[in-house]
Amino acid sequence: MSRLKEIGVKVEDGEAAPAEWGNALPILHEVGHGLRQLRETGEPTVIDLHALPFGPGDEGRLFDLLGRGEVEAQIQALGPTRIWETGFPGVWLVDHRNTEDERLALHIEISSVPEILRSQREDIDDAIVRLEACIADPAGTS
Amino acid sequence: MAARKTLGESLREHGVSRRGFLKFCAATASMMALPPSMGPVIAAALEKARRPSVIWLSFQECTGCTESLTRSHSPTVEDLIFDVISLDYHHTLQAAAGHQAEAAREQAMKDNHGEYLLIVDGSLPGPNSNPGFSTIAGISNYAMLQEAVAGAKAVVAVGTCSAFGGLPAAAPNPTGAVSVMDIVKDKPVINVPGCPPVPMVITGVLAQYLVFGKLPDLDEYHRPLAFFGQSIHDRCYRRPFYDKGLFAESFDDEGARKGWCLYRLGCKGPSTYNACATMRWNSGTSWPVESGHPCLGCSEPKFWDAGGFYEPLSAPLGTPGNTLLAAGAAGVVIGGVAATLAKHRAATAVAERQPVTVEELEQKL
Ligand code: SF4
Repeated sequence: MSRLKEIGVKVEDGEAAPAEWGNALPILHEVGHGLRQLRETGEPTVIDLHALPFGPGDEGRLFDLLGRGEVEAQIQALGPTRIWETGFPGVWLVDHRNTEDERLALHIEISSVPEILRSQREDIDDAIVRLEACIADPAGTS
Repeated sequence: MAARKTLGESLREHGVSRRGFLKFCAATASMMALPPSMGPVIAAALEKARRPSVIWLSFQECTGCTESLTRSHSPTVEDLIFDVISLDYHHTLQAAAGHQAEAAREQAMKDNHGEYLLIVDGSLPGPNSNPGFSTIAGISNYAMLQEAVAGAKAVVAVGTCSAFGGLPAAAPNPTGAVSVMDIVKDKPVINVPGCPPVPMVITGVLAQYLVFGKLPDLDEYHRPLAFFGQSIHDRCYRRPFYDKGLFAESFDDEGARKGWCLYRLGCKGPSTYNACATMRWNSGTSWPVESGHPCLGCSEPKFWDAGGFYEPLSAPLGTPGNTLLAAGAAGVVIGGVAATLAKHRAATAVAERQPVTVEELEQKL
């Protein structure tokens, strides 16, 4: 048991800022590059945050730096997808979750509106068919 | 055989909208370690992809690899089994047991001859070993593998045991365990090592096959470059500390608390190729180095015999290790003589596919 006592115990201050690994700032440079490209050519950029070697705290730090903007949206398709415009217009965070609310993918999307928010042509085709059926039989009896 | 549904059809039938499908594709791109710009390509390919038949054989293994697969959250194992692939035989996950299970395997092999994907977890006793060390339904692993490989399009060796021999093949290798790659020479072999492999890497390799309809680019150990192309060390968030020479010297010192590099505690990150540092474990929660433990190097060949897990990489092996190795070598020689005697019997059993007898099972090498 004596060896157990040799292990120093240090009580962390709960209020202390989380450790930072310096991986958030370089992303901002990439975001800036994407934003200029959007302005000049209209070409959107998607950055997959999943593929980056973030340490604990890096993601929170990046979210803090980007901040929250005017728009928030939620999609329900195969689980929730939460989308918000950051404090920098044109820069969006897209957080795809599965039905258990576990993260599938986390993207920064730099565009005027994230692609997944638009109504998709296939779904519009389907909507026309269903709408016509609804007009033909509003009570849905058949 | 009825034409298999495409993935697009199958998802639409389940009432999944196009948005849902695009999300599925975004998650798939992320899982396959592809840039998000590949999303539309993946969408176009997945729309048309047909579920491939998959036969999964488990040999000398601990079921950890299957456990890992069931922890995949994108796609979940249910999505994978019902929508993405047609899992026609997996003796742990399937409902059927005994003769019915084996009949399902034989039927799937017949129906999809030349087309199915064969997945193997676990190593197997080599052709010169006593086949009684590991059998399924009285058939030796070696015979079952040979039979299943004959009609397979490709073989995916999941887990370090199957890819490189793993724990069963660790010195002194009492069962004469070999890897799939040691046996299969005439079909493509894809190794997905790890003890166990990252769940999303298993599903990612399957998804990649589904999307592109071809086998991925591989490294010299037959590992898909998309997941095993970079070392743990190159993607490690503690790397800046390594570069500055700041190392934890014990698990409870100041350096450990500050999250410094774990190299001196035995981290095998610099010589290990795997996706843990970016894909992480437990639905992306964390990974060994993030939780303060050095990388064991579990996706590399012979990692069990590569010295102590807590010995720094370049440290010479101590005497105890050398003694053990010598003892192991003697064991191999003695085992080798007995194995030669068993060889003829094993070869006959394979040729006639005789069930392994009780005498063989009880025979001690
Ligand atoms: S903890 Fe391991 S993988 Fe990370 S920098 Fe240090 S030696 Fe490399």
